[in-house]
Amino acid sequence: MTPMNNMTETKPNVDREPRSTEFSLNRTELALSEKNANEPAWLLSARKAGFMSFDELGLPTLQDEDWRFTNVAPIEKMTLAPVSKPAHHGVTEKALGQFPFTALAGSQLVFVNGQFAPELSFLAPLPEGVKVMNLAAALATEPTLVEPHLCRHASTDTNAFTALNTAFFQDGAFIYVPVGLAVAEPIHLRFISTAQDHGTTAHPRNLIVAGRESRVTVIESYVSLSDVPYFTNSVTEIVAGGNAVVEHLKYQDENQQAFHIATVAAHCGRASKVVTHSIALGAKLSRTNIYATLAGEGLECILNGLYLTRAEQLADHYMIVDHAQPHGASHEYFNGILADKSKGVFHGRILVRPGAQKTDAKQTNKNLLLSDHATADTKPQLEIYADDVKCTHGATLGQLDDESIFYLRSRSIPREKARRMLIHAFAGEIIDRVRCVAVREELDRLVWDRLEQNQPITTNP
Amino acid sequence: MKEPIISIKNLSADVEGRQILKGVNLTIYPGEMHAIMGPNGSGKSTLAAILAGRDGYHISGGEVTYCGQDLLALDPEERACEGVFLAFQYPVEIPGVNSTYFLKTAYNEIRKHRGLPELDAMEFLKFVKEKVKLLHLAEDLLQRPVNFGFSGGEKKRNEIFQMAVLEPKFAILDETDSGLDIDALKIVSEGVNTLKRPDHAQLVITHYQRLLNFIVPDFVHVLYDGRIVKSGGKELALELEETGYDGMIPAAAVPA
Repeated sequence: MTPMNNMTETKPNVDREPRSTEFSLNRTELALSEKNANEPAWLLSARKAGFMSFDELGLPTLQDEDWRFTNVAPIEKMTLAPVSKPAHHGVTEKALGQFPFTALAGSQLVFVNGQFAPELSFLAPLPEGVKVMNLAAALATEPTLVEPHLCRHASTDTNAFTALNTAFFQDGAFIYVPVGLAVAEPIHLRFISTAQDHGTTAHPRNLIVAGRESRVTVIESYVSLSDVPYFTNSVTEIVAGGNAVVEHLKYQDENQQAFHIATVAAHCGRASKVVTHSIALGAKLSRTNIYATLAGEGLECILNGLYLTRAEQLADHYMIVDHAQPHGASHEYFNGILADKSKGVFHGRILVRPGAQKTDAKQTNKNLLLSDHATADTKPQLEIYADDVKCTHGATLGQLDDESIFYLRSRSIPREKARRMLIHAFAGEIIDRVRCVAVREELDRLVWDRLEQNQPITTNP
Repeated sequence: MKEPIISIKNLSADVEGRQILKGVNLTIYPGEMHAIMGPNGSGKSTLAAILAGRDGYHISGGEVTYCGQDLLALDPEERACEGVFLAFQYPVEIPGVNSTYFLKTAYNEIRKHRGLPELDAMEFLKFVKEKVKLLHLAEDLLQRPVNFGFSGGEKKRNEIFQMAVLEPKFAILDETDSGLDIDALKIVSEGVNTLKRPDHAQLVITHYQRLLNFIVPDFVHVLYDGRIVKSGGKELALELEETGYDGMIPAAAVPA
């Protein structure tokens, strides 16, 4: 492993003028700085489009059909201060060790409050030509690799948060795997918040480009050393070339007061295989938007998700799977385990365009309610404009199956252990779809521990 | 005289106000295999479920003594630890629970109950692989979730496989033969016969006589309308096959 000595902190291209830390989301105060002028013209125009789109859209309200179950008003009420100065963050390697996926053998890029931390990052040996670096550096050194993809896949037209990120992102990760190469070990992108001030905001922006016939696994983890409310608004664009195999996992465990909004936009090429997992454990309110565009023939796209909530947490997943070409398969599997007064939201839209014949689209959302006060809203939506397709969706909502509990008890397993086994199994349906063995095994332990915390032993379940 | 393994006295039970069992009497001694036959709705599966401890039944009278204990006072898991086993008529699919993990947990609960040290993963795997062969099951079954995606025949064989692993003192087989083709039936029967022990007992519940060609019971009982209306040796099953249940039922037992 090489420490990233050669990767110096590049100056983010957005405004670094000392300015009021009181950065309100009042739209009139938003303006792109003159300083963006040193960015390439294409990026500047993307930022402007993002800004204008945000200006027009404003933050969504409950009247907005795509946001009817998730009230983001608290985000608007916060004082949202983007960290614009790389303050000494005080995060040590030792402190990082407490967070998941630390022991993975692959490369790690660390971002603290959205700022790249090269001293905590390192690169594992990578095949020649593979790029793993921070995006700001890539914009400076690899503009020809970045330009064809950045801001091309995460649309700012309808999503105000993506628009906001596009207007104001400073940094994030850039991963580029050339044609035919495989990165064996998962690449871990670590986003750590150390926010001291209420409403501190980070807009991480990631771009993952997997060339034709390449293979790569990427983990994005969002964790916290902070105990105040802050706001993460991330956008990740994934481009999978023909026959590429991409596995992406977002692990979200922000603190219990945080707001986490994320967009994952995947553009899948012919006969590619793209698997994304969204694991939501933390945050007071989280919303993950997944947009998958099945742009080539005969590809397979799996969107997999698990959310565990307790107290008054809300975990929302929204996705649009766009079947644009024939013979595409998309499967969405989302399971939620909801305790206390928490809430889960699932909104899955499958769009089958004219000509996308032989599409096989499947969507399932299952919710396990561990308390009478937990709620789940699920809204499947099929929009089909081709006539030779197979599309199914199903949603369930319920408690543990009595018959299964009896079966386990009849084999000598005590009631409480049987319950836990079944809850674990419910999570396991999702975890089992993670292909990278080291990640899957660690995730399994993490989820198990969290379930134990979320659902302490009850004598009278 | 030996102590009975199980002694059912005048057992009556109802479900949602409907009386299903109307005074069942049955005593089973160690080393014995009993068969209960009866038409649909006679109460066969209810009896099995009550013995295993399923919720939802109201015991309106009678008692069940198992190895000197009041069986009905025990939770299902306590009964299992004491050696009661029910092979389900419809085994439940449990996606996400690995078969080996499930069986190891169950097996070790029973060992703990008996004051024996628990087996670790390696020891258990070795032990369990022997048992898999007995039922002619593919070893990959151990890596699959419990009953998940199994065919009907695989599920039934899996029940007997679990029985082989847990070595119950008193096993109840609830229509284990239903849905099995002749080959699977032979395998299951062979398994059950191998598991016979002089200090254990088995109660086989079946609708058809067919199973009893392979598993030869010491006693056959006919359950009709919540009562055992006739008991006899293995020849009773053959007699039933010829006359049908109608010929077997005494006039007194036919409800008005």
